[in-house]
Amino acid sequence: MLTTIIVIVVIVVLIAIYAGIYNGLVSVRTHTQESWSQIDVQLKRRNDLIPNLVETVKGYTKYESGTLEKVVALRNQMTQIPADDHQQMMDVSNQLTSSLKSIFALSENYPDLKASQEYTKLMEELSNTENKIAYSRQLFNSTAASLNIKIQSFPSNIVAKIHHFEQVAYLEVPEEEKAAPKVSFDD
Amino acid sequence: MLYQQIAQNKRRTIYVMIGFLLLVTAIGAAIGYVFYDSSILGIIMAVVIGGIYMLIMISQSTSVVMSMNHAHEITSEDQAPELWHIVEDMAMVAQVPMPRVYIIDDPSPNAFATGNDPKHAAVAATSGILERLNREELEGVMGHEMTHVRNYDIRLQTIALALSAVVSVLVNIGFNSFWWGGGRRGRDNEGGGYIQIIMMMLSILVIILGPLAATIAQMALSRNREYLADAGSVELTRNPQGLISALQKISTAQPMKKADASSAAMYIGDPLKKKKSFAHLFDTHPPMEDRIERLRKM
Repeated sequence: MLTTIIVIVVIVVLIAIYAGIYNGLVSVRTHTQESWSQIDVQLKRRNDLIPNLVETVKGYTKYESGTLEKVVALRNQMTQIPADDHQQMMDVSNQLTSSLKSIFALSENYPDLKASQEYTKLMEELSNTENKIAYSRQLFNSTAASLNIKIQSFPSNIVAKIHHFEQVAYLEVPEEEKAAPKVSFDD
Repeated sequence: MLYQQIAQNKRRTIYVMIGFLLLVTAIGAAIGYVFYDSSILGIIMAVVIGGIYMLIMISQSTSVVMSMNHAHEITSEDQAPELWHIVEDMAMVAQVPMPRVYIIDDPSPNAFATGNDPKHAAVAATSGILERLNREELEGVMGHEMTHVRNYDIRLQTIALALSAVVSVLVNIGFNSFWWGGGRRGRDNEGGGYIQIIMMMLSILVIILGPLAATIAQMALSRNREYLADAGSVELTRNPQGLISALQKISTAQPMKKADASSAAMYIGDPLKKKKSFAHLFDTHPPMEDRIERLRKM
């Protein structure tokens, strides 16, 4: 009788521990997915802003169409990438970031453009988006790290293996971009 | 280190509360003994008044602190796009909800955070800080404030503020009883002179204890937390240089025009710029050079 009770108690406790570990894994995985969608939202937002930027800049600068075309090409490339290919998306995004920087740099030569209210507003919107991309990538990497730690450490690695939880790859940060991209003119 | 810091702050909040409860009880007992011949009655009265007052203060703390510092809330990003966006970024990486955002019209650059917990937090920035600091510097400052929010420094600060307000209310009640009840009782009683002396002594004790308690509460909020918030800011922005140059700009600017003295400890830089006290014992902030030096070493 006593042994039966002990066995039942042990089984119940084991099931509870198992369920706890499983739920923990699910919640970290959900966090990781959420933080990717943060990045995704910002990438889409930037894609929406770029045509406006190109239109605005075009009106003021006549000789710089090469730079603008490059930005548009990269933007269109972004929209073609399959949604689950995170690393490729970030690679193109990084190129887009640096060519946007060159647009901001060339606008230095056009005082009228810099003075226009529309451009100032776009600048703030775009640098906001760029910063948010950088910060949400930081967030993604830290949530991915906590998922990967859980998948590798005992005993959650057993549960992870049974339910096919997979490690998430970190998003690599290009060297020159480790600091938040700076596109402000007020230095 | 972060979790230790949060746990330590929650523990300290409890110590500060216990300390104040004892003080409030003592003040109540003194008032009760002198004017109603019953310390118990005085304690009950003090705890009830103190409790009600505290609840009101804590539930209203953000509005109270903000109006003491002449801050007005902004509710849409169009009113201050750069500030709003930076606060959004910092809240995101610190993994706390977006706080309410306030602006203080003052040309001196400064900022602070307040609230009870990360879900009910608010940050304020002066118009001067928005004009003088560039984006990276402002990110450093807001990262510092968001670290105060995430570490529950803001709760500790709010409770200490509310408790010192309770003490000063009780001290006021004591004063009033002294003028109204005290004199009458002294005449009615045979041992009037003796009681008068005790009353005087107790009143003086209460008057001395009140402000002292407020100082002790401020001291409990160790200056070390400023260093920790600086480190936390760098952890969020990954950019010590931004905060360094922000702190330099803040320390070399003129003092604020009408900063509230009791909330001076909350600001990122001392808003009053008063002369340094003897051996820095009663400073609200660590020396700016030390903070910058520590950031340089990161």
